[in-house]
Amino acid sequence: MTYMPKVTYIEHNGTTHEIEVESGLSIMEGAIQNGVPGIDADCGGACACATCHVYVKEEWVEKISEISESEKDMLDFAFETKNNSRLSCQLILEEKHDGLVVNLPEKQG
Amino acid sequence: MIKTDAVIVGAGPVGLFSVFELGILGLNAHVIDNLDRAGGQCIELYPDKPIYDIPALPECTGESLTKNLLKQIKPFQTKFHYNQRVEKLEKKNNCWFVTTSEKVQFETPNIIIAAGVGSFEPRKPPIKNIERFEKINLFYSVKDKNKFKDQTVCIFGGGDSALDWTVELSKIAKKIFLIHRRDEFRAAQHTVDLAKDLEKKGKVDFLTRYQPLDFQGNGKLEKIVIKHDNGDLKELNVDSVLAFFGLKMELGPIANWGLDLEAKSLKVNTENFQTNEKGIFAIGDICTYPGKIKLILSGFHEGALSAQECFKRARPNEKYIFRFTTSSSDIHKRLGVK
Repeated sequence: MTYMPKVTYIEHNGTTHEIEVESGLSIMEGAIQNGVPGIDADCGGACACATCHVYVKEEWVEKISEISESEKDMLDFAFETKNNSRLSCQLILEEKHDGLVVNLPEKQG
Repeated sequence: MIKTDAVIVGAGPVGLFSVFELGILGLNAHVIDNLDRAGGQCIELYPDKPIYDIPALPECTGESLTKNLLKQIKPFQTKFHYNQRVEKLEKKNNCWFVTTSEKVQFETPNIIIAAGVGSFEPRKPPIKNIERFEKINLFYSVKDKNKFKDQTVCIFGGGDSALDWTVELSKIAKKIFLIHRRDEFRAAQHTVDLAKDLEKKGKVDFLTRYQPLDFQGNGKLEKIVIKHDNGDLKELNVDSVLAFFGLKMELGPIANWGLDLEAKSLKVNTENFQTNEKGIFAIGDICTYPGKIKLILSGFHEGALSAQECFKRARPNEKYIFRFTTSSSDIHKRLGVK
C-alpha cells in the first residue's frame, strides 16, 4: 500500500486543510488534486512560474529537499518571499514528511 | 477592418496547430498574442525543457516544437498580431467583431481561444495603487531610453532585463539604483560583472536584499521606500522606476466576455469545443470538460474538431467533406505539395 503522509495547508485567512497525500507526489500536486485554494501552479510543475509559492513551517525547513539554484531564481518572481519560501512543485513528499505544515501566501505571482 | 474565417487568440502550440487544421480545410486565420513571438508557455516559460509526450516525437523542447509547428503552417502564410491582446468582443448577426489593445479590428464568424492560462502580463511590484504612476514614470519595459537621460533611475530585478538596462542606461542616466531581493543574480555573469564595475565608478548603486515597500508621489512617482531583509527601511528620491519582475499569466478580458467559466477555464462541449456562445471555441489548457487533461496533444485534437465547426460557420453554403492529408489533392494544393 502506498504511504500517505499527512500535509497541513494553512490558507492566508487561516483556513486549514489537513490532507493525506500519496508519497511521490509534490506538495503542489497534493493541493491541486484536493482542491486547496491558494496554489495556482500555472506552469503545471515545471519550476517555471512561481505560482505555487508556500512558506514551509520553520521546523520542517531542514527536513525537506534542498533548494536548487533554478528554484531560487524562480522565487524572485513570487509574492512576498521569506526565508522559508519554497515552490511547492519542487517538494516531493516522502514517508518522513508526515505532519508537514505549509502556510500559503496572501496571493500567488 | 480585417475580414477572416477565424481569429485565433494565443500563439502557443495549440493555437499554431489550429492554424493548420483550419488551413487544410481552406480556411484562413489571424493569430493574436500578447508576447512578441509565437510559442506561448513553451517558449516563454520552458524553452529548453524536454517534452516527452508529443506523439511520434520521443523528445523535443518547447523551442523545437514551436519551430516545427511554424514550419508546418508556413504554407498558409498566416498573419500574426503580436504584442497585443483582445480587448473587445461584439456580436452582430452571426459575426464577431474583435478589437485588440492595438486597435486592430477583425470581422469573423469564428473565434478560437487557445490562450492557455491567459495572456502574459508584466508582474507588478506588490504595492497598492501603483497604477497611478504607470506610463508616467513607472515602467515595466523600456521603449525610449532617451527618456532616462540625466535622471536618477531605480531598477528592480535580478534577471537579464534588469542588468542589461542597468548597464545600458548608466551611459546616459545621472545615477542608477539596482534593487534586488537577494545577493545573487539570474542575469548573465558577464553583465553582472559589467554592472559591478560601474558601481566602482559610482554610476550604479547595488541595493540587494531589499524589496519594495511603498511608492510615493503626487502626480508622478517621487520617492520609493524599500525594506531590507533585516527590517531596515531606506528611502530613495527617484526620477523614474523600472520594475523587471518577469511575466505572469492572467485571464484578462476573456473573463468578461459572458462565456461560461469554471474556475479559470472556459466550459466547452466535446463535440466541437464550442463555448456557450456560437462561434466562440476554446481549445488547449484554457478549456474544460468532463475528463479534460491539460496535455498539448489533447489541444491538438480539440483544434482539429473545432476546425470542422468553423468550416460550417465560415462556408455555410459548402458541403463539408472529411479528407485525409495523404490522399486529398485539395489539401495538397493548400500545402503547396506537388
